[in-house]
Amino acid sequence: MRSVLTALGIIIGVGAVIAMVGIGNGAKAQVQAQIASLGQNVILIFSGSTTSSGIRTGWGGAGTLKIEDAEAIRREVPGVIAVSEEVVSNAQVASGNQNWFTRIYGESAEYLDIRQWPLLDGAPFTSQDVRSANKVCVIGSTTASQIFGGTDAIGQILRIKNVPFTVTGVLTRKGLSTQGVDQDDVVIMPYTSAMKRVAGGTTLRNINVQVADAKDLATGQQQIIDLLRQRHNIRPGRDDDFTVRNQEEIAEAATATADVMTGLLFAIACVSLVVGGIGIMNIMLVSVTERTREIGTRMAVGAHGSDILTQFLIEAVSLSSVGGVIGIIVGVVGSKAISAIKQWPSLISISSIVIAFLFSAAVGIFFGFYPARKAAALDPIEALRYE
Amino acid sequence: MEVRAVRGVSLEIQRGEFVALMGASGSGKSTLMNILGCLDRPSAGRYVLDRSDVSKLDRDQLADIRNGKIGFVFQGFNLLPRTSARENVELPLLYGGHHLTSAQLREKADAVLASVGLQGREDHHPSQLSGGQQQRVAIARALINDPEVLLADEPTGNLDSRTSVEIMGVFQELNERGITIIMVTHEPDIASYSRRSVVMRDGLVQSDRVVTQRLDAKIEAQKLMHVDEPAQT
Repeated sequence: MRSVLTALGIIIGVGAVIAMVGIGNGAKAQVQAQIASLGQNVILIFSGSTTSSGIRTGWGGAGTLKIEDAEAIRREVPGVIAVSEEVVSNAQVASGNQNWFTRIYGESAEYLDIRQWPLLDGAPFTSQDVRSANKVCVIGSTTASQIFGGTDAIGQILRIKNVPFTVTGVLTRKGLSTQGVDQDDVVIMPYTSAMKRVAGGTTLRNINVQVADAKDLATGQQQIIDLLRQRHNIRPGRDDDFTVRNQEEIAEAATATADVMTGLLFAIACVSLVVGGIGIMNIMLVSVTERTREIGTRMAVGAHGSDILTQFLIEAVSLSSVGGVIGIIVGVVGSKAISAIKQWPSLISISSIVIAFLFSAAVGIFFGFYPARKAAALDPIEALRYE
Repeated sequence: MEVRAVRGVSLEIQRGEFVALMGASGSGKSTLMNILGCLDRPSAGRYVLDRSDVSKLDRDQLADIRNGKIGFVFQGFNLLPRTSARENVELPLLYGGHHLTSAQLREKADAVLASVGLQGREDHHPSQLSGGQQQRVAIARALINDPEVLLADEPTGNLDSRTSVEIMGVFQELNERGITIIMVTHEPDIASYSRRSVVMRDGLVQSDRVVTQRLDAKIEAQKLMHVDEPAQT
């Protein structure tokens, strides 16, 4: 009973570490999954950063990216396997007596491949559709259910700003983005159609570029920057009028928050481990006092100080390790429970379990050492006489 | 200031002796006992045990001597609670680098327990044993490493007179088998079971003589039985 209470500190500490790291990793994995939903090996080029007059407009602000820029990238940057010109606008869309306010994405035919976004039903628009600015679109699953409910959307007419578009396909569900935006609440159409019939304008908000290999990301990014600076006649020393980000950078930025959270929770959990360790030290000191005569007897029959030291260290370590194992079970069950109740994802890694176990054993050694050394240093005569 | 609890004691104990060490409290007999038991080192003088001088050894070396050459029997038995009689007896074998398998440990412990009349009690815990039986376990533990000398510190102090005679019987039997015994006691009748009686006073040996009217534990035990019989009827 006393041992259980002693180990409770370690149990709570280890349980907290496991649960917190599990939830932290779960959050991180979710963010990474969202980043991966951007597509693989993607470089994003946003128009705007600084205009020539020095007014910084932010990403997608000033229309500095032209269709010709995208074509130049497609043509001149080695390693590029797909490029999608992107324009974005918001519009009220309607079909029959249903209407819905959604985002309209204008893209190239390669867009769905770049984002690894398969269709649930129907067919994508083609590069022929893009060239001809045909009035066709594919829609996200949220848009499909809002406009068409349970009925088949393929071949239906969707009116966007009173222009009739034919729905050729419905996309599979992609879920929320890192910013919490419903990625399925979209209409995607050829960018030519979007520019001509919906959004107007002649500039792109951004360009999505996919390279063949992850190791081309950095070089591809630099080549795109060089190419665009040259095309935009930006003199050396002046700021770019566009912003280039590759997927790794975006992933790093997004997971940094999760890392900070995990680190913070881990620090709190470590504090409780230390408290647990002090509990073990306390009970070991009591135990050494209570068992003074036993220690004296052991020494009388030939135990060296080191034997006594080892014995009490083993006791402290087994106490903390058992606490660690129970804590791991509590942590795993706890994080599953939290993720079930709160709908948070949790991810328990083997490494966190191993580290938590080793850490709890280390706590036993660290906090068991002082009481064990005290026991080992006892004078056998005094210890035998102790009442 | 140094207090000399024992001064100018010159004592020679031969192999196979059964010595009772007596004296009032403060006479220095405990200090002498601690030195004889290698629990303490003399601040001056020499202690030669089994032809080697052990008065200048360090803590660990003394522990090894205690393990191999000395068997302790205490007044309070000093058995480990929640531990079986067998495991208590095995305890000295765990120290001093004997490296025996658990089967060998068990065999040795059971043999020694049998020699003090405790067959069938090997798995009992101290709390399940009477005082006399507990002291027998302690004696078995003291004997497990075939010590040069058995040191008993008031071995009958916590026992009734009948059990005391029983334990003296065990000691006499062991002594007849050639085991050297040094026993501290303050009871003259317990001392009279030994062969030689040494009386200490103020750190000096006051008297050292052969026990003339030696008691035999077997006869005394029988006498006690006769005393008991009328009481039972």
